[in-house]
Amino acid sequence: MEDCLAKKMEITVSEAEKRTGRNAMNIQETYTAYLIETRAVESQSEGQCAPVDSLWRRYSEFELLRNYLLVTYPHIVVPPLPEKRADFVWHKLSADNMDPDFVERRRIGLENFLLRVASHPVLCQDKIFYAFLTQESGWKEMVNETGFQLKADSRLKALNATFRVKNPDKRFTELKHYSDELQSVISHLLRVRARVADRLYGVYKVHGNYGRVFSEWSAIEKEMGDGLQSAGHHMDVYAASIDDILEEEEHYADQLKEYLFYAEALRAVCRKHELMQYDLEMAAQDLTSKKQQCEELATGTVRTFSLKGMTSKLFGQETPEQREAKIKVLEEQIQEGEEQLKSKNLEGRDFVKSAWADIERFKEQKNHDLKEALISYAVMQISMCKKGIQVWTNAKECFSKM
Amino acid sequence: MEAEGRVPGPPLPAGGEVPGADSHLAAGALGTARGPLLAAAKVLALDDEEDDLEVFSKDTSLTEVNSFSPSVPISPSSMINQYKFEDGPELRDLFITVDDPESHITAIETFITYRVVTKTTRGEFDSSEYEVRRRYQDFLWLKSKLEEAHPTLIIPPLPEKFIMKGMVERFSDEFIETRRKALHKFLDRIADHPTLTFNEDFKIFLTAQAWELSSHKKQGPGLLSRMGQTVRAVASSVRGPVKNRPEMFTEMNNYVETFCQKINLLDKIAHRIYKEERDYFNEMKEYGPIHTLWSASEEDIADSLKGIASCIDRCCKATEKRMAGLSEHLLPILHEYVLYSEILMGVLKRRDQIQGELDSKVDALANKKTEKDLFSEEIGKLENKVERANNALKADWDRWKQNMQWDMRSTFTNVAENNLRYYEE
Repeated sequence: MEDCLAKKMEITVSEAEKRTGRNAMNIQETYTAYLIETRAVESQSEGQCAPVDSLWRRYSEFELLRNYLLVTYPHIVVPPLPEKRADFVWHKLSADNMDPDFVERRRIGLENFLLRVASHPVLCQDKIFYAFLTQESGWKEMVNETGFQLKADSRLKALNATFRVKNPDKRFTELKHYSDELQSVISHLLRVRARVADRLYGVYKVHGNYGRVFSEWSAIEKEMGDGLQSAGHHMDVYAASIDDILEEEEHYADQLKEYLFYAEALRAVCRKHELMQYDLEMAAQDLTSKKQQCEELATGTVRTFSLKGMTSKLFGQETPEQREAKIKVLEEQIQEGEEQLKSKNLEGRDFVKSAWADIERFKEQKNHDLKEALISYAVMQISMCKKGIQVWTNAKECFSKM
Repeated sequence: MEAEGRVPGPPLPAGGEVPGADSHLAAGALGTARGPLLAAAKVLALDDEEDDLEVFSKDTSLTEVNSFSPSVPISPSSMINQYKFEDGPELRDLFITVDDPESHITAIETFITYRVVTKTTRGEFDSSEYEVRRRYQDFLWLKSKLEEAHPTLIIPPLPEKFIMKGMVERFSDEFIETRRKALHKFLDRIADHPTLTFNEDFKIFLTAQAWELSSHKKQGPGLLSRMGQTVRAVASSVRGPVKNRPEMFTEMNNYVETFCQKINLLDKIAHRIYKEERDYFNEMKEYGPIHTLWSASEEDIADSLKGIASCIDRCCKATEKRMAGLSEHLLPILHEYVLYSEILMGVLKRRDQIQGELDSKVDALANKKTEKDLFSEEIGKLENKVERANNALKADWDRWKQNMQWDMRSTFTNVAENNLRYYEE
C-alpha cells in the first residue's frame, strides 16, 4: 500500500457550530461550520504529540473540493459526501438541516469523506486537498484558479455521448448496469428500513402505555399491586430502549447511504469513458470521411453522393490547381487527424487502465465495508433481542409475583 | 336451593383435616336461616368422593368470607383445611366442551348451533354423558335465568351479540370460532362456580333435548314480573346512592369503577399493539426479499446478503407467532374482563338495590321486629353471597391473570429467543 496521507496525518472533524453570515447573494443566512483538526503522526512517538492544526469549513466548501476532484481525476471513483438534505427519514427523525442529530451524523460523514480521500493512493497526493486541510484563507481562490470548472464536461455532451456511443468497453457497460442496480436496490432497502423502523418504534412505544396503566391500576390492587407496579416499570424500560436501538441503526443506514452515493460516482467514471469513447469514434469517423474525400478528389471518382460532387457537376469542374490545393489541405488535416486519433486512443486506453485499476480497488473496499456493515447490523439485532429477553424475563418475574 | 338436596352421608376424608367437619355440621344445625352459605359449606365439606367442585381457589375465598361475616360461627381453620385437601382441578366432576358449529337455515332465519358435550359423575345427572345442540339465544336465556336466580352473584360474561367495531361478518369463520371459545369459557366458569354449578336451569341447559328446552323456557316468571324487577331497579337507582351501604361495598364500587377504566385502557392498548405489530410484520415482509434481490447483483457479499434475507424472513414468522399468541391469549382475556367489569357494576347495583329495599322496609316497618329480622337475614345472606362470589372471583382472577400473563410473556420471550437463535449472520 502506497504511503498515503492518512498514514502521515490524523484527520478529524471534531466539532460543528452554527454560524450566521452573508452568502454570495449578500443575504443573511445561518449555516453550520465544521472544525477540521489535523495532526502529524510521529512514526515512533516518544510521548510527544505534534501540535494540532485546525480550521473551519462549511459544507459548500466540501462540495467545492469534491467537484474539483471529480473533474481533475475523472478515472477515479471519488468518495461521496454525506447527503445534503435528510432523506429516508422515518417519523421521529427530523428532516431539518439544523437538527442536532442530523448535524452530528453529517459531521461523522464529513470526517469519513476526508479519511477516504486521504487513504486513496492517488487522491491523497493532491495539493488542493492538502490545502483544504491546512490552509484556511485563500483556499477558495486557489481552487478556482485551477480553472477546473472549465475542464468540466458539459452534461449535455455527456448525455449525448451515452446515447450515441457505439463501442464502449463491455466492462464499463456492465459496471454501469451494476451501479444502476446497486443504487435502486439500496434506495429501496433504505426506504423499507425506514418504514420498518417506524413501525418498530410504534410497537415499543405503545408498550410504554402499559407502564402507565399498570401503575395506575396497581394503586387499587392489594396483592397484585407490587407485581403490577414493577412490571409497569419494565414496560417503561422496554419502551425507552427503542430510542438507542434505532439511533444505532441510523448509523448502519448511513453506511449504506455512502454506497448509494458511491454508485453515482461509479456512473460518473462510466460516463467519462463513454464520452472519451464517443470522442474517439467521432474522430475516427471524421478521419475516415476526410480520407474518402481526399481519395475522391485525387481519383476524380465520386463514390458517394456528396453535395460538392453535385454542385461541381452542375457548375463545372474545378481547376486542377484548386483541386491540388484542396488535396493538400485535406492531407494535412488527415495527418493531424491521425495523430489526434492516435493520442486519443492512447488516452482512452490509459483511462481505461487506470480507471479499471481504481474500480477494482473500489470493489474490494466496497465488499469489505458492506460485509462489515451487514455484520454490525446483525450484531445490533442480536443485542436488541438480548435486551428484549432481559426486559421480558424481568417482566415475567414481576407478573408471576402478582 | 338446590344444594339442600344433598344429604350428609358419604364418609368424610380421613386425617387431621376432619375434625372441623363435625363442628360446622353442628353449626349448620343452628340456624337453617343461615341458608345458602352453610348449605354450600355443607356440600363442600362433605365430599371427596363426589368431588364436586373445582376448589383451587376456594381456600383464599373462604378465609376472606370468614373475616367479613362474623355471623357465621364456623371454625375457619377447618374450612381452610378442607379446601386445601380438595385442591386440584383433577377433582372436577363436570366437564363441558363446546364445538362443532353448524349453520341451520330455516325459512325465517339462519343461525348457528354449537354442540355442547357434558361429561359428569354427579349423582343428580341421570346419565354420565350428554350431547346437545344449542344456539346463542339459548345461552342468553341461561344467563338471564342465572341472573334472576342469583342477582348478586357474578355471572360470567357471554360473548357479545355482534361486534360493531370490527365489522365482522356475522357468520365469518373467525367470528364463529371466537364466539365458540367464549361460549365454552362461559359454561366452564359456571361449572366452576360453587353455587351456580348446581343451578337447575344450568342442568337443564346441559341435558335437555331441544324440544324439552323450549318447553321449559316457556315456564317461569313471565315478562311482567321481569318488567317489575326492572321498574324497581330503576326506581331504586333514582333514589340515589344507598345510605346504609357498608363501607366495604363503597370501596368495591370505587374499585370497580377504576378497574373498569383501566381494563378498558388495557384492552385498547393491547389492540393497538396488535395493530402496530401487524403493520411491522407487513413491512418486514418486504424487507427480506430486497436483500435477496441485492445478492443477485453481487458476488462477494451475495452469501451474506442471502443470509440476512433468510434471517429476516424467520423474524417475520416469529413475529407472526407473537401476534397469534397475543390474539389467542391476551386479547380475548382482556375483552372478557372488560365485560366482567360491566357485570361487576351491575352486580353492585343490584346489591344496592336489594339493600335499598331492605332499608326502605326497615324504615317503613320499624315496629315489626320479625319482618325486620327476616329481611336482615335476607340481606345478610345476600351480602355474604356477594362477598363470597366477589372474593372467589378475585382470587381466581388474580391467579388466573397471572397464568395469562405468563402465557403471553412466554410467547414473547420465545419470540425474542427465536430472534436470537435465528440471527446468526
